[in-house]
Amino acid sequence: MKYDIIIIGAGVIGTSIAYNLIPYDVSVLLLDKNNDVAMGSTRANSAIVHAGFDPKPGTLMAKLNVEGCALYEELCKNLSVPYKRCGSVVLAFSDEEKALLDELLDRGNKNGVPDLKILDQNEIRELEPCVSEEALAALYAPSAGIVSPWELCLAQAEVFVRNGGTFIGESEVTGISKNEEGADAKFTVTTNNGAFSADTVIMACGLRSDKVHEFVAEADFKIVPTRGEYFLLDKCEAVKANTVIFQCPNKDGKGILVSPTVHGNLICGPTAEVLEGDPEDTATTANMLAVVKEKAMKSVKNISWRDNIRNFSGVRANTNIDDFIIREIPDNKGIFEAAGIKSPGLASSPAIGRYMVGLLKEGGVSLPEKNGGYDMTRKTVHFRYMSNEERAELVAKDPAYGRIVCRCEGVTEGEIRDAINSPIPPKSLDAVKRRAGTGMGRCQGGFCGPRIVQMLLAKQGENATPLSILQDANGSNLFTSRDEEVES
Amino acid sequence: MKNYDIVVIGGGPAGLAAAASAFENGCSSVLLIERDTKLGGILNQCIHNGFGLAHFGEELTGPEYAHRAMEELKEKAPGVDVLLDTFVMEITPEKKIYAMNKKDGYFEISAKAIILAMGCREKARGALAIPGTRPAGVMTAGLAQHYVNMDGFMVGRKVVILGSGDIGLIMARRMMLEGAKVLACIEIAPQPGGLARNITQCLEDYGIPLYLSQTITSIHGKERLTGITVSKVDSKYQVIPGTEWDIECDTLLLSCGLIPENELSRKAGVPIDPKTGGPFASEALETGISGIFACGNVLHVHDLADNVTKEAIKAGKAAALYVSGEAETTSKDAIENPKVFPGKVVKPLNESDDEKAEDENVRHMTCIICPRGCRLSVKLSEPPVVTGNGCPRGEEYAIAEVTHPMRTLTTTIRVRNEDGTLGRVSVKSNGEIPKEEIFNLASKVHHTIINAPVAVGDEVLPGVVATSGT
Ligand SMILES: Cc1cc2nc3c(=O)[nH]c(=O)nc-3n(C[C@H](O)[C@H](O)[C@H](O)COP(=O)(O)OP(=O)(O)OC[C@H]3O[C@@H](n4cnc5c(N)ncnc54)[C@H](O)[C@@H]3O)c2cc1C
Ligand SMILES: Cc1cc2nc3c(=O)[nH]c(=O)nc-3n(C[C@H](O)[C@H](O)[C@H](O)COP(=O)(O)OP(=O)(O)OC[C@H]3O[C@@H](n4cnc5c(N)ncnc54)[C@H](O)[C@@H]3O)c2cc1C
Ligand code: SF4
Repeated sequence: MKYDIIIIGAGVIGTSIAYNLIPYDVSVLLLDKNNDVAMGSTRANSAIVHAGFDPKPGTLMAKLNVEGCALYEELCKNLSVPYKRCGSVVLAFSDEEKALLDELLDRGNKNGVPDLKILDQNEIRELEPCVSEEALAALYAPSAGIVSPWELCLAQAEVFVRNGGTFIGESEVTGISKNEEGADAKFTVTTNNGAFSADTVIMACGLRSDKVHEFVAEADFKIVPTRGEYFLLDKCEAVKANTVIFQCPNKDGKGILVSPTVHGNLICGPTAEVLEGDPEDTATTANMLAVVKEKAMKSVKNISWRDNIRNFSGVRANTNIDDFIIREIPDNKGIFEAAGIKSPGLASSPAIGRYMVGLLKEGGVSLPEKNGGYDMTRKTVHFRYMSNEERAELVAKDPAYGRIVCRCEGVTEGEIRDAINSPIPPKSLDAVKRRAGTGMGRCQGGFCGPRIVQMLLAKQGENATPLSILQDANGSNLFTSRDEEVES
Repeated sequence: MKNYDIVVIGGGPAGLAAAASAFENGCSSVLLIERDTKLGGILNQCIHNGFGLAHFGEELTGPEYAHRAMEELKEKAPGVDVLLDTFVMEITPEKKIYAMNKKDGYFEISAKAIILAMGCREKARGALAIPGTRPAGVMTAGLAQHYVNMDGFMVGRKVVILGSGDIGLIMARRMMLEGAKVLACIEIAPQPGGLARNITQCLEDYGIPLYLSQTITSIHGKERLTGITVSKVDSKYQVIPGTEWDIECDTLLLSCGLIPENELSRKAGVPIDPKTGGPFASEALETGISGIFACGNVLHVHDLADNVTKEAIKAGKAAALYVSGEAETTSKDAIENPKVFPGKVVKPLNESDDEKAEDENVRHMTCIICPRGCRLSVKLSEPPVVTGNGCPRGEEYAIAEVTHPMRTLTTTIRVRNEDGTLGRVSVKSNGEIPKEEIFNLASKVHHTIINAPVAVGDEVLPGVVATSGT
């Protein structure tokens, strides 16, 4: 198949680019090797929309972070994605660290971060009562926020597909080649699921960005996969963080943070450990989890680890270069990349999508504007955030919202049905979870799992078999066959 | 929506008995709300036998127990209203109930008293914080029980059980009967958590090794589980480095404890005892909020459904007395003088001194006839002499065990419904059968498809009766 533009990689970066191309009259294909979008770093990170005082002034990262952060509120409102501008604090526990706060404040001001302020002990306590008494001062950034990263990624992809874009998963790109002069497209993108051609190729491959770069040119950067491990704690009255609580950054990165999530949980992490082997190894380890516990308790003393719901880890696409790498690849006209999008990549993503469109235009890619007829918004039902009156009204209209399927998060059958029928249909239980928020609570799918399996089977229709039901990626089959089924 | 004097939340054995008892004690306005499409609670998936000796005087399977409890409710308390497929979303200290279903939508009910009977849930992997990867094939034993017994889905072939709670032990046997290999049961404590009789009839009967004072320290496999690492722990449950060993498996079932399901209670401000995970309660099972009562697993985790029923009868009566203004205790007692629930008695698996004195002519065993699990000794004389039994049935059991051991088979059978779809009902052997026949009969049952309708008690195959109906 021929497209005008192929985007490789359906993380928050690839989907932001796809989303920002909706207003243009071009055919766009979004490819990913996984069976869903948001299966890379985008689904396992701290979910912080950083304010932007961290990156060095003058870098692309500083610019895109501050711009991205400013775009969040409206974007998430348009896409019906959970987001909260809750602000962040960086705590200082010593005089040296206090000096560092001044440095961060200065950097932030240079980067154009709005309303930064140094808080004294009393002010910290007032803003964030759960913070340790030992914190001497803090840098407060009211523009920072929290978001549901995979929901943002999905929403962008869904709206892209609904406006005529194409998403094809389970297609790992294995090569990119230039076609001969006069062919109907400039490039052929080969995958393990067939070949596709296009005049423009954009690579947004996260941890694999150096590998895909090498399909077209020698890489002038190197991915240094750096894993971060987390605790995700249950909703709990005792420790309620209102803001993102950082410690002072050090040579290992931004350090261990304690933060509320948009779903009302508490997240603690991440560690920073360079992976030697598989860059996508998202295992957790006893050692690193112990580090999270110890360091998180420096910021917030009485964290109740008993309320742990889940441990997980994500791998950062760090590089040997101190900035994002977003460009048209030198000597490869028509091939663009957003490589090594490390933290604050999520925060920057809305701006990265726009920036890439700008690069395309600069690079001479033809982007005629559509004559209207597109819609960049999305409406979804989040039953759990509705008032009782809204609920009553909704259930009266559509009884499917009258049955709770996920008891922990209060997700209804109607929401799961919507997820199953969404523009990018879920291929696994976790894909339903990413769309509807099921199984995220304390029982981790123990109650809703069997019910969702039945709904997925019903969707498959007559030849439905439980053997096809996946937990997550291809190969994560939940069930095996019974003896009698094998024999008969 | 109509208002009621008493609203019972949860239709498991606790809710069923509480509603019946409230009605029998003079309250004619009782509503029972259950979120599932049928009553019976967790018992519907507990297809094994061992229930009912205390309350019904007869050994029953879980679905049979639930069925009896429902019959009792119908007979003794015909005026109780039941709302199925209805989820209670919120309760308030003023005893307003917000609930929802597909038919009536989102609605509000006012009650004079509420009885909490929401049961419990299982501790999931997060609560145990086991490091490693997060592949498919790791789930709680109760979830596996639902998939295998209710849905008829096989959850794996090479199984390890973490925790020796009763649900895990029961599932170990269940997976063996379904053709899986259960490779190990791993327990962090120095003694098993489940009933002694389940160690005998679920592990020993099937040659499944039990590893005490060990735990799982890592989980492997990217998409589907490929194995686990096990380590020994010291007396403080700290992992002893250097003791790691690996087991290759595709399934890990967690049976590491139950937690009372008190989200609703907590939100209403019902004070919760951190020790039991359930509400503080007075002698009459009233919680710290006046007019809100609790019973069953939502109050504290019970080993046995029979004890749940007993407790619920008490709570139902107390709620009825509260409504008629004759309450014996108050919500203040719940806080000032809370009822103490007996903790779990864990018996060490140690052999008695007698057993250590090895004698070829004496065999030792755990009686599996009732939950007491007496430790028996049989002298292989003619006739054999049994000691250690708490009642005559123990003697019978021990003699059979050394001459011709007998067991009851419980499993499920496929049912062809009228519309052609396949469903499943639970079945048991009609009485005990020779132990060595268990696998043969199981295989015969599994290869058969019977036709609907099926009622509890129907003989579906020679020597096999249904314990649940279509
Ligand atoms: C531990 C951790 C914490 C973080 N915290 C924050 C934070 O709080 N705030 C913040 O702003 N940022 C944070 N980040 C960074 C943020 O998560 C990333 O910058 C962002 O998710 C990057 O998105 P992406 O689309 O570039 O990469 P990904 O989400 O990894 O997407 C890349 C996609 O490319 C696909 N792909 C790769 N190779 C191929 C191929 N050959 N063929 C087809 N498809 C391919 C992959 O399947 C994947 O879906 C954190 C990251 C980590 C790991
Ligand atoms: C997986 C599992 C296996 C078990 N196996 C055994 C066993 O083999 N033998 C044994 O003796 N005991 C077993 N138990 C313990 C068993 O739970 C008790 O013996 C008994 O079933 C408890 O009765 P209950 O009525 O308190 O709870 P349940 O039987 O759990 O009933 C609670 C009911 O409340 C309903 N409910 C909860 N919240 C709401 C709400 N918000 N709105 C409406 N309805 C609601 C639930 O759907 C459920 O039907 C097991 C427990 C579990 C979790
Ligand atoms: S001997 Fe009697 S009391 Fe003891 S376990 Fe057996 S049946 Fe129960």
